[in-house]
Amino acid sequence: MLKLENITKVFHPGTVNEKIALIDINLHIRKSDVVCIIGSNGSGKSTLFNIIAGTYPVTNGTITFDGVDITHKAEYRRAMTIGRIFQDPTKGTAANMSVEDNMITAETKGMKRLKISLNNAKREEFREILKQIGLESRLKDNVGLLSGGQRQALTLLMTAMSRPKMLLLDEHTAALDPRNAQIVMDLTERFISEQKLTALMVTHNMQFAIDFGTRLIMMDEGQIILDVSGEEKKDLTVDKLVRLFKDIRKKTYATDAALLTTN
Amino acid sequence: MIEGIFVDGLIFSLMVIGILISYRILDFADLTCDGSVATGAAVATMAIVGGAPISIALVLAFISGVIAGMVTAAIHNKLKIPGLLAGILTMTMLYSINLRILGNKANVPLLRVPTLYTKLPDFFSFFKPEIASLVGTLLVVLAVKSLVDLWFRTDLGVSMGAMGGNEQMVVSQGINPEVLKLMGIGLSNGLIALSGGLLAQYQGFADANLGQGMVVQGLAAIMIGEFLFSSNRISLITLRAIFGAIIYKALLFFGRKYGYLVNITPNDFKLLTGILVIVSLFIAQGRSAASSRGARKKVLARNKVQEEIDA
Repeated sequence: MLKLENITKVFHPGTVNEKIALIDINLHIRKSDVVCIIGSNGSGKSTLFNIIAGTYPVTNGTITFDGVDITHKAEYRRAMTIGRIFQDPTKGTAANMSVEDNMITAETKGMKRLKISLNNAKREEFREILKQIGLESRLKDNVGLLSGGQRQALTLLMTAMSRPKMLLLDEHTAALDPRNAQIVMDLTERFISEQKLTALMVTHNMQFAIDFGTRLIMMDEGQIILDVSGEEKKDLTVDKLVRLFKDIRKKTYATDAALLTTN
Repeated sequence: MIEGIFVDGLIFSLMVIGILISYRILDFADLTCDGSVATGAAVATMAIVGGAPISIALVLAFISGVIAGMVTAAIHNKLKIPGLLAGILTMTMLYSINLRILGNKANVPLLRVPTLYTKLPDFFSFFKPEIASLVGTLLVVLAVKSLVDLWFRTDLGVSMGAMGGNEQMVVSQGINPEVLKLMGIGLSNGLIALSGGLLAQYQGFADANLGQGMVVQGLAAIMIGEFLFSSNRISLITLRAIFGAIIYKALLFFGRKYGYLVNITPNDFKLLTGILVIVSLFIAQGRSAASSRGARKKVLARNKVQEEIDA
């Protein structure tokens, strides 16, 4: 479904700030893969997402999605099929607008027309959808009045409404308290299984990465150092993961274990 | 006399709605306004002097503003420079263009030609001339306001509002924000130029320096309006902008009339307008701090109730 070939990303090339963020990444995501990506800060996870979503251009390499070369496609064009949820709950919704206006924007992807789609039938439909997160009475409230957890849950519902083919989840529960994180995570799981989505999720939680999804990728210093799926993934434990990391990178994991939380 | 304030305020309110669109709805600090209001005045004046019907003159003024706004948006989009700088560039260039439109004169009078404000008293002959001007202007403003309200209730208009709140969200929904900016800043400056076209007819001349300091005046009017009531409904947001514009013009009027009592002259108005904007921002800041304290209290109270229920 998604194929990254020889992807290299260098920031500020030719200056003193030059930083190689991704080195020759090759990755093939198959349809219905649910991939957890782990790695310490600065390992290239976020850059990988930004490359896939089209936020940054690549320095080298090609990206194909469903057989189409999307390497030079603008971010908003890729967003037609790739849904993305950020860690920051404020990024997915517009705070200055009501819940219903946010939802109508998300309902159909792409450039909008001079047509008023928001009517009472639509409102009823939205209310039904919002029941899942208990916000059915707040259609007219500005999104800025919602809590971070509510906003993230709303973002998720809005993304689900627009029916993406692939979902990028960038630590989307990291900024929430445990209870809200659980609510958003449950919604995410349901949404992925209901729409049989292909999903990539960045997480710092190793245990979670082991339990969730069908495939696990570990990144370090701009490279994919581990890619396990199926039975092999089911047999993983946190200790095994840390040992694997140590064997591959020949580094002591003391510092990295601190970054890769285990609970 | 009092009708004069209202007509002046209503004409000004179209510009305020234009500034509202760029500053408040699109969150784009656009200074094109200072140029495009004069462009609108110049285009309308030259069209009328050249014999065009008033309606055509106003449409041309609107279109000239749309083009000016689109130039700003295009500079911002393509060169990736801040909207503020793009606006200043267009505004500066417009000054020369406006002089060209006015036939290399700084000032062109609308004498002995029919304008909206010579025709309105004939059209509404059952009113006094001042009232006729007021009613005519009010109808134009209400028509424009309704169209703007309608525009921002369409899916396209809503997505423009979304872009002002969060550009990333619009991108994530598969919409090209550059196109939205092109249309939004175009619409904004179209209204500003339309306001300029009406103003030229009302005061009886077009002036290349008409636009000086207009942005700040418009912002002052928006902020006065925001003190009246708070709402997230577009029809009320544009309504309070109109009220703000009229109140601002009334303040100017009384400043001109009674200002000498406290030794204020029209020369001081720019300073006072700037201070008005600063004070408004200051009060708004205090208000939002107070309301977030209030919201915090509410949440704490709700959590307490929840805990009691749980226990």
